Amino acid sequence: MNRFDYVRPHTVAEAIAAAAMPGSAYLAAGTNLLDLMKIGAARPARLVDLNYLSGLDAIEQLPDGGVRIGARVRNADLAHDAAFRRQFPAVCEALLSGASAQLRNVATVGGNLLQRTRCAYFQDTASACNRRAPGSGCDARGGENRLHAVLGWSEGCIATHPSDFCVPLVALGAVVEIEGPAGARAIPLQDFHLLPGETPERESVLTPGELVVAVRLPPEAAGFAAQSRYVKLRERTSYAFAVVSAAAGLRIENGRITEARLALGGVAAKPWRAEAAEAALAGAAPGAAAFRHAAELALAGARPSGDNAFKIELAQRIAIRALTLAAAGTPDRLPALPASPFAPIPGGLHG
Amino acid sequence: MSLSVTLTINRVPRTVELDDPRVTLLDLLRERLDLTGTKKGCDRGQCGACTVLLNGRRVNACLALAISHDGAEILTIEGLAESGVLHPVQAAFIAHDALQCGFCTPGQIMSAIGLIGEGQAGDDPERVREGMSGNLCRCGAYRGITEAVIEATHDMTVTTTREEAA
Ligand SMILES: Cc1cc2nc3c(=O)[nH]c(=O)nc-3n(C[C@H](O)[C@H](O)[C@H](O)COP(=O)(O)OP(=O)(O)OC[C@H]3O[C@@H](n4cnc5c(N)ncnc54)[C@H](O)[C@@H]3O)c2cc1C
Ligand code: SF4
Ligand code: FES
Ligand code: FES
Repeated sequence: MNRFDYVRPHTVAEAIAAAAMPGSAYLAAGTNLLDLMKIGAARPARLVDLNYLSGLDAIEQLPDGGVRIGARVRNADLAHDAAFRRQFPAVCEALLSGASAQLRNVATVGGNLLQRTRCAYFQDTASACNRRAPGSGCDARGGENRLHAVLGWSEGCIATHPSDFCVPLVALGAVVEIEGPAGARAIPLQDFHLLPGETPERESVLTPGELVVAVRLPPEAAGFAAQSRYVKLRERTSYAFAVVSAAAGLRIENGRITEARLALGGVAAKPWRAEAAEAALAGAAPGAAAFRHAAELALAGARPSGDNAFKIELAQRIAIRALTLAAAGTPDRLPALPASPFAPIPGGLHG
Repeated sequence: MSLSVTLTINRVPRTVELDDPRVTLLDLLRERLDLTGTKKGCDRGQCGACTVLLNGRRVNACLALAISHDGAEILTIEGLAESGVLHPVQAAFIAHDALQCGFCTPGQIMSAIGLIGEGQAGDDPERVREGMSGNLCRCGAYRGITEAVIEATHDMTVTTTREEAA
């Protein structure tokens, strides 16, 4: 780990002032940042420790029916908040399918959004990586790339964003509240992470010093509570990142879908909202034909970036599974294995 | 800024002067306070060997900076047995042969105490396995671990109910 200056702000204003210095990084729980610092993949000159800030740690029910989640709320506390669970069960299912109980107990909302890719070449400082060292190349091209992106990638970078939490959040139209040296702004989560293009080192819209202070879910997002699920395919049953994942939310009236939400994880450098699929589902009768069509639309632009053509079909199947489970209804209690495709589908279906 | 941290470790307040902010909670325990019961497996959050309770919650000590936790209460495996009497989870691990080499065991036990405190798994083996998935065991003692956690869950729940009744 490199040496760094350690700064301990107590207010948001102090934090932003301290982090405006180039080379600074915010330290939340550190479960991603310290890990990357240990292996030299991140080398901040200054750590601005958010652990002594006052505030940013509440889950607020807003007068308009929306919910505002402070950036320092712990992943486990959000997942186990009873009111939040009733409103946004798929968000809780996604959170509980991520990492381990120990990590979720400390990992924060802000840190989850801003966690870095798990691309092995990004982590290995002996490898070429445009994201870590701009202009150095991309050793994932032609390397081990089974788990890399199939949507939105560029010649310069084929990495994926690893967050589970972000997938239902983007499906539900979450908004990221930001404060920085130039003031406050709010950005839809959908526009928060950047696709790699020519500048894979730019991972989000944040500029130096900008701090995520909260994530807001709009009131209409709770309208999917009765029919929403997250499904995540992993290489082992638990404690593993998604190979592919999907969050689905439906509103069904008189046998017709009135509104649908669908987003995919593990497929791109950002959580991937499938708007064309959502549009096609609106007005359709819920069922295998509509779900297959939606899944095809969701992956319509997909191309393999390496040994990962299988992910295109797999992502479609996981999207169909998520839609099927959502149509069957949110269970009263989350399954023992949250988001697992091994959990049985109510009604005895098998995928 | 002074780099001193005060932590209450196994019920005893300890103040440590840090010459360097890079010290993890795990290295603080093992290298500076000689509490080597907490193990270092991967040092990267991937195995759970370093699990301790931080303010009552199970966490990976390897991915926490000590300096970020001034004032915190830490419980490690060394702080479990009181006056020579084993903690119910320790006793259940022995009764169920829930270990072979023992390297993962302190982390497993601290994690199990955290899991039981969270109250989400109850005695459902599938929920216990999922709740304990952050602790790997290279010897594959998982079956005994699951049994031990379920038995300890029963023991601790019965004890609490009795205490409440008294
Ligand atoms: C073994 C392991 C398995 C995991 N498995 C999964 C998984 O299956 N699914 C999953 O989704 N995640 C998984 N994770 C990742 C985990 O979710 C993240 O490490 C965690 O959410 C990061 O939160 P943190 O508070 O520790 O952030 P930190 O590590 O402190 O910070 C991460 C990044 O966010 C920045 N940051 C933090 N807070 C803010 C803020 N408020 N504003 C601006 N920038 C900020 C930091 O500067 C840093 O760049 C896993 C991690 C590990 C170690
Ligand atoms: S895929 Fe992206 S993150 Fe991975 S090595 Fe290539 S440039 Fe780096
Ligand atoms: S040593 Fe901390 S998780 Fe492995
Ligand atoms: S008993 Fe040997 S690693 Fe678990």
